Amino acid sequence: MSRFEESAPARGGFSFDLCKRNEMLVQKGLKPSSYLKTGTTIVGLVFQDGVILGADTRATEGPIVADKNCEKIHYMAPNIYCCGAGTAADTEAVTDMVSSQLKLHRFHTGRESRVVTALTLLKSHLFSYQGHVSAALVLGGVDVTGPHLHTIYPHGSTDTLPFATMGSGSLAAMAIFESKYREGLTRDEGVKLVAEAICSGIFNDLGSGSNVDVCVITKGKREYLRNYMLPNPRTYVSEKGYSFSKKTEVLLTKITPLRELVEVIEGGDAMEE
Amino acid sequence: MTKQQANWSPYDNNGGTCVAIAGADYCVIAADTRMSTGYSILTRDYSKIIQLADKSVMASSGFQADVRALQKVLAARHLIYQHQHNKQMSCPAMAQLLSNTLYFKRFFPYYAFNVLGGLDSEGKGCVFTYDAVGSYERVGYSAQGSGATLITPFLDNQLKSPSPLLLPAKDAVTPLSEIEAIDLVKTCFASATERDIYTGDKVEMLVLNASGIRREFMELRKD
Repeated sequence: MSRFEESAPARGGFSFDLCKRNEMLVQKGLKPSSYLKTGTTIVGLVFQDGVILGADTRATEGPIVADKNCEKIHYMAPNIYCCGAGTAADTEAVTDMVSSQLKLHRFHTGRESRVVTALTLLKSHLFSYQGHVSAALVLGGVDVTGPHLHTIYPHGSTDTLPFATMGSGSLAAMAIFESKYREGLTRDEGVKLVAEAICSGIFNDLGSGSNVDVCVITKGKREYLRNYMLPNPRTYVSEKGYSFSKKTEVLLTKITPLRELVEVIEGGDAMEE
Repeated sequence: MTKQQANWSPYDNNGGTCVAIAGADYCVIAADTRMSTGYSILTRDYSKIIQLADKSVMASSGFQADVRALQKVLAARHLIYQHQHNKQMSCPAMAQLLSNTLYFKRFFPYYAFNVLGGLDSEGKGCVFTYDAVGSYERVGYSAQGSGATLITPFLDNQLKSPSPLLLPAKDAVTPLSEIEAIDLVKTCFASATERDIYTGDKVEMLVLNASGIRREFMELRKD
């Protein structure tokens, strides 16, 4: 029986095959590998007729900027988007997984996805992994019951809020929201406030940087404003430019056919597949 | 068994990058002006460069509290030198003094990564590069601090220096003109700022030559 279980193909979920081995390697002094973390500023707010999400575009690996213009606002459903902070692979995988579950659910029911459905799927997945799937999310969307905004922590707890921030720049962004948010903002006021909150993260938190992405979701419509602001252009480019002066050295241009120098056996056994 | 030792460290890392380039008759010493800790910026306008004598300038990254303490010791030692010899210390002499001062604290080091630049007694540009406990070498160019890993290979590519093992010893100075060297420093910092989160805000450049000392600033990314 146990032999059968071992040989049975995996049916979804994670593989824990290497946990024991890795534990042994760490005990023997191997450094565990680091992951790409998006030290991030992500925000969202509810306005007059929908939800606005915002994110910076810097991805870091320790003190190094790994990606200067990455996308942190993920698609969940046509009416639902989700900002992700934490380990890049986890936020990407978890949103993709739930997005496909939502699509199957739509085919099954023939109805538009609801934000609470996405919320429940995300939190139950994260809770079942006890915080080891390190994704901190801001989920927003407009469905048949109106606009919704939620935050989801890596352990699976959730909040329902009129305005929310997450990531290493969350304090800087929340400072802006706490001082300027009010109920019933117009679209333009909302976008401006979201951009200002993200900029606060970009300039005051070293984990966040580069550009501002914004996504506006209203009833039956969404606007994905990729690189809504570009507040950090390069400050200096040398006039003369740089080049590698040394040319490739040409050693030989004569072509020697190798066929005559080796013995070739034609029609040998065909290689096994 | 519960933990017995304290979890406190006397050191912090305030980040920042320092670069120095020596030419035949000039020396450029540069550093960014960002001081940070963890993911926070403490200030965007902090000078990491200090003039120790008429013709020697030091740029330091690492732990700025230690750097300040080190600068204070060097200033005091230089004052004593002036009283005893009635002249300014030369750059190579200051280089040896800095090494001794760092090695004096071999087992509780200053967490400071320095480059010392200036003009030697012949008016030739000189750069000395250090580790935290005083090992030093006279070189043609050097980068220290959080952006050093990004800048050093670029400088190596642009300014191939002769091997220090060659006999007779070759000059370590770079073949660039003063203007070209400043341009190169600006490029270094603009590039390091793109990829190193601890480098940014502004770059301060000190240029030493026969006509004296000049200070320049250039804006960098502030994110």
